[in-house]
Amino acid sequence: MSRARLVVLRLVAVAMLVTLLGRLWVLQVVDGEAYLRAAADVRIRSVPLPPTRGQILDAHGRPLVTNNTRPVVTVDAVALAHQPDGGRAVLTRLGQALGQPYRQLAEKVRLCEAGVSKPCWQGSPYEPIPVAQDMSVPVALQISERQQDFPGVRTELRPVRVHPHGAAAAHTLGYVQGARGRDGLEAAYDRDLAGRAGRRDVAVDNTGRVTRTLRQNPPVPGNTLVTSLDSRIQTIAERALARAVAGSGASSGAAVVLESGTGRVVALAGRPAYDPGVWTDGVTAREYRSLPLLSQAVQGEWAPGSTWKVASVVAAASAGYGLGATYDCPSGYTVGDRVFRNFASADLGLMTMHGALVHSCDTIFYRLADQLWQRGSDALQHTARGFGFGRPTGVDVPGEAAGAVPDAASKRAYWRATRAESCRRAGKGYPELTDRARAAYLTAIARENCRGGGVWRGGDAANLAIGQGGVLVTPLQLARAYAAVANGGTLHSPRVGMKVVRPDGTTVRAITPPVAGRLPATAATLRFIRQALAQVPRSGTASGAFEGFPFGKIAVAGKTGTAESFGHRDTSWFASFAPDPAYTVVVVLPEGGRGGEGAAPAAREIWEGILGLRERR
Amino acid sequence: MIATAGRRRLGWAPSLGPPDRVLTLLALALSATGLLLVWSATRLGGGHALLVRQAVAVGAGLVLMWLVSRVDLRVLRAYVPLAYVLALVSLAGVLSPLGVRVNGAHSWIVLAPGVQFQPSEFAKVALALAFAVPLGELRDGQGRPGFDGVVLALVLAAVPIGLIALQPDVGTMLVFAAMVAGALLVSGAPKRWLLVLVAGAAGAGAAAWQLGLVRPYQLERLLVLVRPGADPGGIGYNAAQARIAIGSGGLSGKGLFNGEQTAGHFVPEQHTDFIFTVAGEELGFAGAALIVLAVFALLWRALSIARHAASRYGAVLAGGLVSWIGFQTFMNVGMTVGLMPIVGVPLPFVSYGGSATVAGLVAIGLLQAVHRSKPMQA
Repeated sequence: MSRARLVVLRLVAVAMLVTLLGRLWVLQVVDGEAYLRAAADVRIRSVPLPPTRGQILDAHGRPLVTNNTRPVVTVDAVALAHQPDGGRAVLTRLGQALGQPYRQLAEKVRLCEAGVSKPCWQGSPYEPIPVAQDMSVPVALQISERQQDFPGVRTELRPVRVHPHGAAAAHTLGYVQGARGRDGLEAAYDRDLAGRAGRRDVAVDNTGRVTRTLRQNPPVPGNTLVTSLDSRIQTIAERALARAVAGSGASSGAAVVLESGTGRVVALAGRPAYDPGVWTDGVTAREYRSLPLLSQAVQGEWAPGSTWKVASVVAAASAGYGLGATYDCPSGYTVGDRVFRNFASADLGLMTMHGALVHSCDTIFYRLADQLWQRGSDALQHTARGFGFGRPTGVDVPGEAAGAVPDAASKRAYWRATRAESCRRAGKGYPELTDRARAAYLTAIARENCRGGGVWRGGDAANLAIGQGGVLVTPLQLARAYAAVANGGTLHSPRVGMKVVRPDGTTVRAITPPVAGRLPATAATLRFIRQALAQVPRSGTASGAFEGFPFGKIAVAGKTGTAESFGHRDTSWFASFAPDPAYTVVVVLPEGGRGGEGAAPAAREIWEGILGLRERR
Repeated sequence: MIATAGRRRLGWAPSLGPPDRVLTLLALALSATGLLLVWSATRLGGGHALLVRQAVAVGAGLVLMWLVSRVDLRVLRAYVPLAYVLALVSLAGVLSPLGVRVNGAHSWIVLAPGVQFQPSEFAKVALALAFAVPLGELRDGQGRPGFDGVVLALVLAAVPIGLIALQPDVGTMLVFAAMVAGALLVSGAPKRWLLVLVAGAAGAGAAAWQLGLVRPYQLERLLVLVRPGADPGGIGYNAAQARIAIGSGGLSGKGLFNGEQTAGHFVPEQHTDFIFTVAGEELGFAGAALIVLAVFALLWRALSIARHAASRYGAVLAGGLVSWIGFQTFMNVGMTVGLMPIVGVPLPFVSYGGSATVAGLVAIGLLQAVHRSKPMQA
């Protein structure tokens, strides 16, 4: 035995030992920190956990928007890739169960990578990929019970938005797309409703398979929005509006119910409406275009007609006209070279401002406006703005329209902007219009606007005084102005949201409608107006609609409005309020005819519904 | 005839010397460590089934180790041809329908469902035993292995190496080559023989390269060693994950059963070939170095046994066994720390695997037999 040979082996052994220990030292002690960081990177994948969206309730806690779960079939792409055939057999079986071709399923579960054309899954590969929803319960059970046939396939329940009242208040409630509120309250209170997504950190092995959950940060559910809406009154308003729209031949309409004293919104109804359930399954571009997404109550603008006269009366009072003085109400009043006619050219004789409101005399207001214009007073516009017209109310639903209060400046600006087009039309006329009378009318206006125009005249003022000639209001603006008349002059910025509460019921914050201003009217003037308007449903222009109404139970006061629109049927308004319950109800029916005929009966129906007088007619 | 003769001579020779307790203790300590690490690596998801299997293997290995250590080398010597032939038959068997392909290599024989073994592990024992016969007994005038002996030894080694090359199992081939080199060195074969062998091995490697016998994945493994950052998601993944697991253990480790990398199963084959990553992560440098030191203490002891062997046969046998355990340890730990290409060899005594565990403990038994044997009467 050669000792030298053994020494060689011992040297080799020592060399190997030193090599390994040295390498271990470098790896673990010298570079240990870096590897520790690398280890953290490698092993953890985060999977987002979607939170439950908060509910939207009415003032009595009844759900307006809530969540339901529906079965969704999801596929784990990583688990699929681990199967010998890449999951083909599983997807084929799944396709048979779901009635989808294999190819379609395979496209849905492809991960988007370089070289993969769409459609493909853009989310995390560790997230279950939904491939089918809304399958029947037996199919869902079949898939979840035959796990051996469907490795990597899961059926889970996912939340969807549910609207127990269907289309009621659909515009106000808005909708959700991709976990974000897109319109209405869903958008306005998205931060409250959305909640906070949680996160699940999972350990994944080298093949990407999840081996265990390291930690879980549960999602924080969204808070509940309690609104001041009353789903009962909302339903009543929707029904009354629907009936009125159908009965009057109007294509659209809106009804607003406010708490007069607080500015809280009790009901916001609009036609045409849609069923918010359409959002749940996703909407195609074509469907989206055909959806009536405009909230008529907040975004619709029409000339207010005689409902505007409350502002004109206040303007008269502030300009020194006595409210109790008598004024002549002839059949017509001439401003410049034009005769402005009373409604139906009626000569109603002498009356106070009380009578002017009750019987809606126009000629008294023409004269008033003409005289103010001659004095150079802008009391009409000033008062109108004081009533909150011409700017948004600041209601807590998005997309509100501002309305319009025309004046000399706006008329001039409009004229400047349209003069070129007016001159072109003055020469060319409107040959494309089949209605020859309308074409002639528009051509005449174009000629006038091309020649001079843009100047505020007595006629403009006269039109303004009776809520026509470029005045535009939204139903909500009118409602809050009447609520201010009813409550003694406080103009609120209306609110639909009343409070935000946590899922456990504790209040996050209360929402109070802020005060936006005060009507530019004395308490005496407002009292005078209320007394006048109280007569309108009893013996005035709405007496027909309110015949037999139990005024002893509830003293509903109101004002009709009939706004003319050349070439269209009149826009029908009724704005009303009562002392107890202190609600304000406004109904508008564009092309609904006279105020006393279309809108007032609908408003009566709403009042009776509020009182519980009429459950079913 | 031979059998009766054998039985007559077989006896628990009372004249055997005392066993080397340090060697036994080191083997026991390493086996126990292996059980702990296997437990840690497999307890999540796998239940205790693998741990129990490994414990059974350790138990069986210890019994065999004890039996073998009590056999007189002269008695054992009579069974070497039988063991060698059995090894060859079983190695050939893996290429038959009995063989099972695992991780790209045909290296298992399934006797019954769940009962399987890896012939190459037992072939290591058989080769060590057989290889020592010509080198220990055929001598030239100066007491060194004669030409005939070396040639016969090489032929004896070439047949199993060839069979393993067919599986293919590069790791085991390298271990066999190391055993041949170690045994030749200890046997006192002339230096020129060793030089010729080294040159021959280099030539064979070059030829394999030229003839395209080296497979692409084998090349890739070598390339990964040169450029560790290359292809971290592919073939470099295992190497990178192993380094991260070990490196993140730091000086003192994250504690047994606290390895996050281990729990995450990032390192493939972590209870078998990559068991050392569990030690690195959970026991840190302190524990990992201790394991390496334990193996080398065991080798040191074994080399002493070789040196004091009563017979040349025993010395050469011990030399082969030392080379096997030493080289395989270096390969295994080396590949987890990025020093060696990744080839599948288990860490002796520690890795999960019944065949390897039993074979390793039988090797300790053989070393004890060498240690205890009285001088052989030639």
